Amino acid sequence: MVESFNLLMMGFATALTPMNLLWALAGVTVGTAIGVLPGLGPGLTIALLLPITYKVDPTSAFILFAGIYYGAMYGGSTTSILINTPGESATIVTAMEGHKMAKKGRAGAALATAAVGSFVAGTIGTLGITFLAKPVVDLALKFGPAEYFSLMILCFVTVSAVLGSSALRGLTALALGLFFGLIGVDLQSGQARFTFGVLELLDGINVLIVAVGLFAVGETLHLAAQKKHKEEVLEVKGGVGMTRDDWKRSWKPWLRGTAFGFPIGAMPAGGAEIPTFLSYYTEKKLAKNPEEFGHGAIEGVAGPEAANNASAAGVLVPMLTLGLPTSATAAIMLSAFQSYGINPGPQLLTTQGQLVWTLIASLFIGNVMLLVLNLPLVGLWVKILKIPQPLLYGGILVFATIGTYGISRSVVDLVLLYVVGGLGFLMRRFDFPTSPVIIGMILGPMAEQEFRRAMTISDGSLLIFIQKPLSLALLLIAATAVLGPHIWRLVQRKRMIRTN
Amino acid sequence: MNTTKRSNIPHFCIGLGVLALGAVAAWQTSIIPQVLYATVGPSVFPSMITVFLLMLGTGLVVAAQRGGWAHDQDGTITEMGSLGFVVAGLVLNAALIDKIGFIIASTIMFTLVARGFGSEKWWRDALIGFFLAFGSYVGFDRVLGYKIGTGLIESLI
Repeated sequence: MVESFNLLMMGFATALTPMNLLWALAGVTVGTAIGVLPGLGPGLTIALLLPITYKVDPTSAFILFAGIYYGAMYGGSTTSILINTPGESATIVTAMEGHKMAKKGRAGAALATAAVGSFVAGTIGTLGITFLAKPVVDLALKFGPAEYFSLMILCFVTVSAVLGSSALRGLTALALGLFFGLIGVDLQSGQARFTFGVLELLDGINVLIVAVGLFAVGETLHLAAQKKHKEEVLEVKGGVGMTRDDWKRSWKPWLRGTAFGFPIGAMPAGGAEIPTFLSYYTEKKLAKNPEEFGHGAIEGVAGPEAANNASAAGVLVPMLTLGLPTSATAAIMLSAFQSYGINPGPQLLTTQGQLVWTLIASLFIGNVMLLVLNLPLVGLWVKILKIPQPLLYGGILVFATIGTYGISRSVVDLVLLYVVGGLGFLMRRFDFPTSPVIIGMILGPMAEQEFRRAMTISDGSLLIFIQKPLSLALLLIAATAVLGPHIWRLVQRKRMIRTN
Repeated sequence: MNTTKRSNIPHFCIGLGVLALGAVAAWQTSIIPQVLYATVGPSVFPSMITVFLLMLGTGLVVAAQRGGWAHDQDGTITEMGSLGFVVAGLVLNAALIDKIGFIIASTIMFTLVARGFGSEKWWRDALIGFFLAFGSYVGFDRVLGYKIGTGLIESLI
């Protein structure tokens, strides 16, 4: 505890230098802007900024990325309150209640409770990272390669099969990512794999191309193919603020939302959907006047927004302590570590302690900046929201071109970007999740490495994965997560037949 | 049971596509040279992924035969023209960028994408696209040293 506190203070010392404060400010500003713009997410933005890892030192780059990551969460709520198009599934609930509030002329209160709730949740969540980091690392250091591999399998299963709408489609997306991850020279044996004889593929596919292809090009194609309807941006009347009654009704939902969001986000499954929905239904149950829900209840904005931000903080726990990405954004940040030659994993906290603690300190700082940026300056973000769609998507594709063609000046990369974009379009069209592709691509090669290490230890026997109790337990949980619902359905059906 | 449901053709094609990817993976795995000294050679993991892809492809084909899965859209593209403009923009960009340079290629793409999203002000869009591309080029290539290549206008500035 005390040790973590001292390390955090050391992190603050680095994060509070003028240059690093500027990076944090840049990050939270860009983050809020892209969070506000519908269809853009932190994953895409960080992917587009990956090339700065060649020029900027790791501390500054991660302060920037962390700012974008937190900022996007704040910005997203503004959009769902004012135009009712949730950019991501986690803000669906905010859109339900927040938009209703805005329609009644209470946009200011909805935005304020979302921003303050995000601040409370983000700060508590970051405190959670601070004090959880060391214990988790201590535990993780006891893991051998077999336990690690099984943990990765569990992570694969939860991010693709459990959280989405269909296990089959989620796992297909994951398999596609694993396929992409295999392309290039195998570092252990030096053999080229899955390169189809194309020289450019020897270095592997850059995660930037896949992320930008899926999230920017795929998304643009998807929206172009749909009917356009003009979205009405609701006005914020009378400024942003809350009455005494609003505060009284908000503070408990903030804390409860945080209590749902952080632990669930920190689990190897990640995901913000479950905690936001849990928070929403809890608030509805506990509310004095539940009939207000569905017509703009402030508790229904305060709780889920806090849950959303707390789970975003939670996701950083497995990322920083285990090297385990449970969201596409976390996976892209991990690839940034790799491009600096830093190995993510439990050793990160010891070998890169300075970097990690500065990053955590800058999350605290970023949260304060975001509160200031989002409360008085909300009018600015509303203006961004009014950029016409044709110009917005034209601009996104220009930046996608700079991001890919700019790293290599290779038309092959550009064509690859568009092919992945076409794939992303099909995936959106037929309801395949896209995040597992990115997670599989980054985590796949890491899983292979652990698999090989484990097999070397066991002299080529697969039994090692079930002989180690912890590894066996993790695999059993993974198997239950995939097969459980099916078995449950079979049992139910049998019971139905019997009662008939 | 679902046996009365007709098979869903688009979903069936997706299943076939995943099976085809599995076949490609099998082919590429088969040409990885074997390494004798390693416990786990370079083709073990690829083989596992190949089997995984083939299983998933089979699963999707079976699901399609049972009527497919429910999702928001019915799989048909409603705005063919819009999509056409955007795709044309992407294709032209990839075809022209190394010949006439980033600025003009991106301006063309920007204008076509804006048209795809329903804008009818060709000249305004082209102008905005040009200034965006020009500004980004100067910012990234000249100021930040993040090279985006050369071209007709690039060589003049």
